[in-house]
Amino acid sequence: MQILANIVVLTSLYALVACGYVLVYKVSRVLNLAHGELMILGAYLLVATSAGIASDPLVAIALTAMFSIVVGLSVYLLLMRKMTGQPVLAAVLTTVALGILLRGAMVLIWGPQQLNVGAMISFDNASIALTDSVRVSTAALWLVVCTFLVYLGLLAFLHMSRWGMRMRASGQNALLAAQRGINLHTVYALAWTLSTFSGSLAGVLVTLDSRIDVNMAVIGLKAFPAALVGGLDSLPGALIGAGVIAALEVLLIHYVNPLLSDVVPFLVLIAILIVRPWGLYGTKEELNRV
Amino acid sequence: MSNIETGIGKMTPATTRRKRLSQNQVAWIGLIVLLVLLPTSATPFHLDIASQIFIAGIGALALMVLTGIAGQISLGHSGLMAAGAFTTGILYKEAGAGIWITLPASVVAGAVIGLIFGLPSLRLRGIYLAMSTLALHFLVIYLGGEYEFASGASTGIFLDPPVVFGFEIYDGYAWYYVLLALVAGTYWGCRNLLNSKTGRAWEALHANETAAEALGVQVANYKLLAFVITSGIASFSGALFAYYQNFVSVEAFTLFLSIQYIAMIIIGGMGSLPGALLGAVFVTLVPYFVEWLMEAVPYIGLDITTVSSASYAAFGLLMILFLVFEPSGLTGIWKRLVGQFASPSKREDTP
Repeated sequence: MQILANIVVLTSLYALVACGYVLVYKVSRVLNLAHGELMILGAYLLVATSAGIASDPLVAIALTAMFSIVVGLSVYLLLMRKMTGQPVLAAVLTTVALGILLRGAMVLIWGPQQLNVGAMISFDNASIALTDSVRVSTAALWLVVCTFLVYLGLLAFLHMSRWGMRMRASGQNALLAAQRGINLHTVYALAWTLSTFSGSLAGVLVTLDSRIDVNMAVIGLKAFPAALVGGLDSLPGALIGAGVIAALEVLLIHYVNPLLSDVVPFLVLIAILIVRPWGLYGTKEELNRV
Repeated sequence: MSNIETGIGKMTPATTRRKRLSQNQVAWIGLIVLLVLLPTSATPFHLDIASQIFIAGIGALALMVLTGIAGQISLGHSGLMAAGAFTTGILYKEAGAGIWITLPASVVAGAVIGLIFGLPSLRLRGIYLAMSTLALHFLVIYLGGEYEFASGASTGIFLDPPVVFGFEIYDGYAWYYVLLALVAGTYWGCRNLLNSKTGRAWEALHANETAAEALGVQVANYKLLAFVITSGIASFSGALFAYYQNFVSVEAFTLFLSIQYIAMIIIGGMGSLPGALLGAVFVTLVPYFVEWLMEAVPYIGLDITTVSSASYAAFGLLMILFLVFEPSGLTGIWKRLVGQFASPSKREDTP
């Protein structure tokens, strides 16, 4: 049962990170390889706000959420906006470069050592007993709840609101959408903002559960196969993909070899790329467009 | 510098072409003489940097042919170099093999892995292909790590200096000349390859796969060939790297290394072989330049993490600047400069 709980927690983490990839890809066909770094930046923003501005946990988290929105918006406005209409590869490489830049800058600002974010905002990460034998930490529980809420919110937003409809339309056919009067730049900016926000949320929660250092950005890379397994342009797909990757990872580590943890997501990635490159729920025709 | 030559050739009238070509030849000979004579006035530190540039140059040429010419994206370049380094290391450690066995074996291992890397390219394009090479990178690194773990060499494999014809390549001067010859040979080989049927087929499938197929280019075969050849070269440079460092460890072959090679071909200028070498020079020098800059600015704590993270940030910034403002890279800047200087002389020459 403990294994099941672990799988659910890891699924939530991967799903919350993966939805950032999906949002940006679904809307603008750009793969954001800096997502892992943006995620950790969110956690460092919490470090900065709690150390400098507010010591109250709730205020600090609310401020961090605001800052992460600013970060996402400025990434689009200052950088990715210039890459609109450029070859997709150039845009992807720009995000790779952004990731490197952020990584270097974060070490320069906050140092290479691990920081305990939980202690900084006096967050008590007590372990909670769900049943007699199953225990999860408070942060992990929050992670599961937040992932659920974020997915609920995003699906409702994309399918019920006017802006969500515009986002989906831009993803399906950017040219046609623009001709019908949809402002692509606003839509793209919105996608980047939402993506960075959900990524930062994941970053904050995962670092509350352990500690924070720059190398945790690799979680972003490991969550990418989750997005791809489900299909890069499908939100429910990302949830299922995350479940597949997390279950395989937890089970293989537990029963076979702990060293496999870093390589399992990528083995699944290769398998799915060979068998069904557009993922379980992705749109098939996409392959010819990229 | 074949691309620059042809670039000038197109701009100048036919009467001046012969003269300009000979100028270029003079420049080439001058460059070679300079490179051969350079060690006479160089410190061991300079020789070390030069050797690093040469090794990087070989790897960058390989990636340039694959990505810049044949249009196949690879994020797994460091995995291929790791394959070469580990083939060399394992053969040396387990069988005591000499350089005449390890280097060809590394090339073959690289080519085989390149074939595996290339197979997804038959079905996948663009981002998806990049992802499959990225996944294979992690797989190679995992296997290398498993070997280190299983053989008890958890810190890595140590190599003795290679012996060629009874001569031990050990000091900086020997390495300089050997690597200079190898990078020149690789450049020459790549250039000839690009001027051949194969090179033209790669350019065709880069430009438009469907059209190339319609014109009778066997797209699948040539794609795989591109992966096999360039992976062999990349693996070769990985083996040289291992010998040069006397040491093999998975630690050296990070994802960041792949990104550095991509930075080389972007900064150098996509699709240009001299660009690959320029990019290799540029990218290899960045960390030294950053360190020098930070030494010049007072009040900055100079420890190894600060310098390395500053050069990380500098890399990212440089890549962004080139991607956004100068997508044709250093060769693009060079061509523009040459164009500016060439135009007055062109006016003189025309009657």
